[in-house]
Amino acid sequence: MVESFRPENLREALTLRRDSKVIPFAGGTDLMVRKRSWSGTLPRFEYPALFISGINQIKEISSTEGILNIGAAVTLASLIQHDAVPVILKRAAFQMASPAIRNAGTIGGNICNASPAGDTIAPLYALGATVVLQNSLGQRELQINEFIKGPGRIDLKDDELLVAINIPIEDYNNVYYKKVGTRKADALSKLSFVGIARTVDEQLVDLRMAIGAVAPVVIRIRAAENMLKGRNVKEIPKLIPDIKNIFSDFIKPIDDQRSNAAYRKSVSLRLVEDFLKGMR
Amino acid sequence: MEKEIEFVLNGKIVQIKTNPLRRFLDVLREDLGLKGSKEGCGEGECGACSVLVGGILVNACLTAVGTIVGQDVLTIEGYRETERFKVLEKAFAEAGAVQCGYCTPGMLMAAEALLSINPKPDEREIREAISGNLCRCTGYSMIVEAIQTASKRGEGLW
Repeated sequence: MVESFRPENLREALTLRRDSKVIPFAGGTDLMVRKRSWSGTLPRFEYPALFISGINQIKEISSTEGILNIGAAVTLASLIQHDAVPVILKRAAFQMASPAIRNAGTIGGNICNASPAGDTIAPLYALGATVVLQNSLGQRELQINEFIKGPGRIDLKDDELLVAINIPIEDYNNVYYKKVGTRKADALSKLSFVGIARTVDEQLVDLRMAIGAVAPVVIRIRAAENMLKGRNVKEIPKLIPDIKNIFSDFIKPIDDQRSNAAYRKSVSLRLVEDFLKGMR
Repeated sequence: MEKEIEFVLNGKIVQIKTNPLRRFLDVLREDLGLKGSKEGCGEGECGACSVLVGGILVNACLTAVGTIVGQDVLTIEGYRETERFKVLEKAFAEAGAVQCGYCTPGMLMAAEALLSINPKPDEREIREAISGNLCRCTGYSMIVEAIQTASKRGEGLW
């Protein structure tokens, strides 16, 4: 039985993906832990691994016509270093894991793992990102919130690979990211808050807020954003209680080994308030 | 099923035949007898297994050997032979940055990864660079001091 494949290019990878059941393997920083067995022994993969971290076509970052295109196998370290990547995404990536893990782990892997605590995901929701899925016949593109269906569940067909993430390029002059974790590095998020906005002459022109790890998927509530869009920055503080109420209905955290529901809920609402109070 | 895997290890070409899904840490320790990289956790949280692949710091316990094909690997055994190491070794010894020594190879690889792109780091940058390396003995301050000292003394080396 063949236990792994190392395709040279995307076409080969997609052919393999079509013809047999395989597990896409990029940086492997999640897979090698999930599949691990006793120390010194072989990790247990139920299907052959498809090594894709060397495929250059999915490791590039480029922009065309106002859209930033990030290859799925771009590492978290590369995201942080590249000029065109939005600051909010860099900040989130920078607080993930450790330097060594960021050097191997990829944005595509973080998305496809679809952990509610996956740290690149909340920024991608806020940025309105889409994902590009490809099989040997062609491509399709989905909004990221359509792609991620629940914890560990994605709308990826067995013959498809996630090949790229597209982000509309916008300017934000208010950028707020907070990851709440147990320590400064190598910490899984208890929750994370993403707030990005653009104000022009104190008018709020654009606003996105997303909260991670407080529900089965990232929360982004358009109703809350629309309540504030178009208003003067000075009006915002008095609307904060209403905004918090809207979020409160959607924040449904769980108790787990990292944190409990009460903590996650109260802290995330405080972060909403802190972001909005600081809006310039 | 085993495959031929060829890569450069500490400056020499190595060919092994093994299952590509095996952890690179196990290949280093069991097949190649290089015990300098340690298993502290087996899940990428402690950094005791850190090696450089293509000059980039990675955790060998999370690296499948099949992804090492054609790469240029440096382990502590190879690094030990360099001038840069000697400067770090002296600085670590003087600062008291080694107690049990278990984290030390990983710390040195992380230090090399840092200094090779940032020869004059400040304290914050050093702490950030070793943030994936756990030490149960020293409390880190001596290690940070050792790396600062090495960076001052190592003019022109990095």
